[in-house]
Amino acid sequence: MDITKITGAQAVLESLVAENVDTIFGYPGGAIMPIYDALYDYSNVVNHILVRHEQGAIHAVQGYARTSGKVGMVFATSGPGATNLITGLADALIDSTPLVCITGQVASHLLGTDAFQETDVIGISMPVTKWNCQVTKAEDIPAAIAKAFYIAQTGRPGPVLIDITKDAQFGEMEFSYERCTKIRSYHPKPEVNKQAVEAAALLINQAKKPFLVIGQGIMLSNAEKELLQFAEKSGIPVASTLLGLGAFPNNHPKYVGFLGMHGDYAPNIKTNECDVLIAIGMRFDDRVTGDVSRYAKQAKVIHVDIDASEINKIIKADVPVHADAKDALQLLTELVSEKEHTAWLQEFKSAKEMEVRTLQESAALLQSEELKMDEVIKMVSKITNGEAVVVTDVGQHQMMTARYYQYNKTKSNITSGGLGTMGFALPAAIGAKFGAPEKTVVAIIGDGGFQMTLQELGTILQSKVDVKIIILNNRFLGMVRQWQQLFFEKRYSFTEMISPDFVTLAKAYDIEAAKIETRTDLEDALLKILNHKGSYLLEVMVAKEENVFPMVPTGASVSEIRLN
Amino acid sequence: MEKTVTVSVFTENSIGMLNRITIIFTRRHLNIDSITASESEMKGVFRYTIVLRTTLEKVNKVIGQIEKLVDVLKAFVHEESEIVHQEIALYKIRTNTLTNGDVERVIRENHARILTVDPEFMVIEKTGHVAETQLLFESLKPFGILEFARSGRVAVTKPMKELSTYLKELEQLS
Ligand SMILES: Cc1ncc(C[n+]2csc(CCOP(=O)(O)OP(=O)(O)O)c2C)c(N)n1
Repeated sequence: MDITKITGAQAVLESLVAENVDTIFGYPGGAIMPIYDALYDYSNVVNHILVRHEQGAIHAVQGYARTSGKVGMVFATSGPGATNLITGLADALIDSTPLVCITGQVASHLLGTDAFQETDVIGISMPVTKWNCQVTKAEDIPAAIAKAFYIAQTGRPGPVLIDITKDAQFGEMEFSYERCTKIRSYHPKPEVNKQAVEAAALLINQAKKPFLVIGQGIMLSNAEKELLQFAEKSGIPVASTLLGLGAFPNNHPKYVGFLGMHGDYAPNIKTNECDVLIAIGMRFDDRVTGDVSRYAKQAKVIHVDIDASEINKIIKADVPVHADAKDALQLLTELVSEKEHTAWLQEFKSAKEMEVRTLQESAALLQSEELKMDEVIKMVSKITNGEAVVVTDVGQHQMMTARYYQYNKTKSNITSGGLGTMGFALPAAIGAKFGAPEKTVVAIIGDGGFQMTLQELGTILQSKVDVKIIILNNRFLGMVRQWQQLFFEKRYSFTEMISPDFVTLAKAYDIEAAKIETRTDLEDALLKILNHKGSYLLEVMVAKEENVFPMVPTGASVSEIRLN
Repeated sequence: MEKTVTVSVFTENSIGMLNRITIIFTRRHLNIDSITASESEMKGVFRYTIVLRTTLEKVNKVIGQIEKLVDVLKAFVHEESEIVHQEIALYKIRTNTLTNGDVERVIRENHARILTVDPEFMVIEKTGHVAETQLLFESLKPFGILEFARSGRVAVTKPMKELSTYLKELEQLS
């Protein structure tokens, strides 16, 4: 071998090192073996975490990317390895998470022949990636990886996949690496249109009841500080979408709550009472808007988004601002006048008090001895001071956590929002810990969702990951059961779930575990798990048939939000 | 209101572009009437011309999502009045029908032309709008059409702004 030449597989690793990749989640197999062989020599440069299923790898990387703000990196083999990534790709695309997947592929002369473990990964992943490409020659590897990293993390971030044939991994090439900084057909950073921002400022300055709704875009653009300055100067109440939680400190006096189907009463009601609605880095998901034809009709809408195709997609913007949230907020803060909006803010506070009172009354009416989800979440929030990274799965526990955990820190809420992928939380928590090693990572999971990816307990065991797992066990697929109760005459069709002994299961993986059933044990148990060094699983038996309220039923307007 | 619209998409020459573009229509349950692709006046830049019936509101959202594709340079929607467009149609009929004087008249009246004459068959070519190529189809039908093929629409726009100008504007963006 010529000394200046390296193999395609080595070029993959050299390229990743050039992109400052230090953590990879993956799973080997035939078509990616040359890359794994090269990886053997890089174990002191990059930390590879062996997962138990490729879906686990990609959700882990989502957690990693969302706590660290960096691009997540996945390795998987061809065929089933690659198809196991699809759910995670779809999840990362809809939730704008930057990640790069490298999949092995059969040798190029076998493409299209139904060779062993060949699937059309490019075809299958096309609708669920921001970009993908296949590489069949070693010399094309560095440029493809450079392009992948550039695309994944710029503009509206998203998942990217590179499929590399086995012959390209074995092939030899002269390595040189140049980071990608420009693609002629791709313009990720729009220039802020000053006139649009001026028009927005004018509306805001004249508004009597302005209302600010924020999404994950704030965190993706690292605009937390700019948001705070804007909110404090303008005095405008701030509410958040599910994915935006944590972008604005929830203990801030201007924070008025969580939007959407299971959000808070005040921000939902006030959406239809405000005169100017300022939406930043959010995309008016149907879980936020309810019936679109009755959403904020009275208000002038200002929509700031980096993705031009989001503007006017669902809600017509009176003032569209196609910009990065940080740039737009900086400019906007200069132009808005200082205000307090005390009376308007008070309306939110009164509505909030009403909500709390009504929910308390409903709870008192039940007079139940059973533990309720909100008690658990409130206690976790108190003990961690709202400063832990909280990873949730999908269902009632997810909505309860979003409602009752006080997210005071940015990049601390990791959940599957747009896709609602059960099985997300356990692997995502593992990745979240690697992305934020100094933080306490708490995964709150339902008994159903936990069993979708519980094999990742093996990853926790092998890689000694310190995550606190809290299973809220209601012995039901709770969220579906709630809908059956409310909208299908309580016909509980296949939602009751019998589960294994989670404590024994955890212990089989050498993970400390305990189970509690009563209120009196709650605080001690939570203190114990949260102060424990290393991973810990706590199963909390909660009420079987608790419902999440408030609720905006499907098809209803946000102002028809039900408190019980 | 649904109407016929023409979508022009300009892209880099990368593998899978056709697929990337069409799945955006599929996802919204939109049926494409015709599609053509070829290199544009700029080397390496490909032009897709897609015709479909839908509402302007829907197609504008589709355009937004097409433009979001990394390898797409620019996409436009045109209504019928904004473009000059043509289709080409080929008709294969038996040569012996020529002895029937009507075929010759039909060809002349429709401003079609004979591309080739073989002892057994001949091929007639007609360019025009669908209505015109369809009219010729109906007129030739009585003589027996062995084969018929019509291309998708090709179109150029009436406004004078050139693609290279758009590209220069794009280059100036970050
Ligand atoms: C992969 C997947 N399958 C099905 C669903 C539909 N679904 C949404 S919530 C839910 C119930 C979740 O039950 P559990 O994990 O026990 O949590 P709980 O709602 O009881 O808190 C189901 C089945 C989903 N979101 N994801």
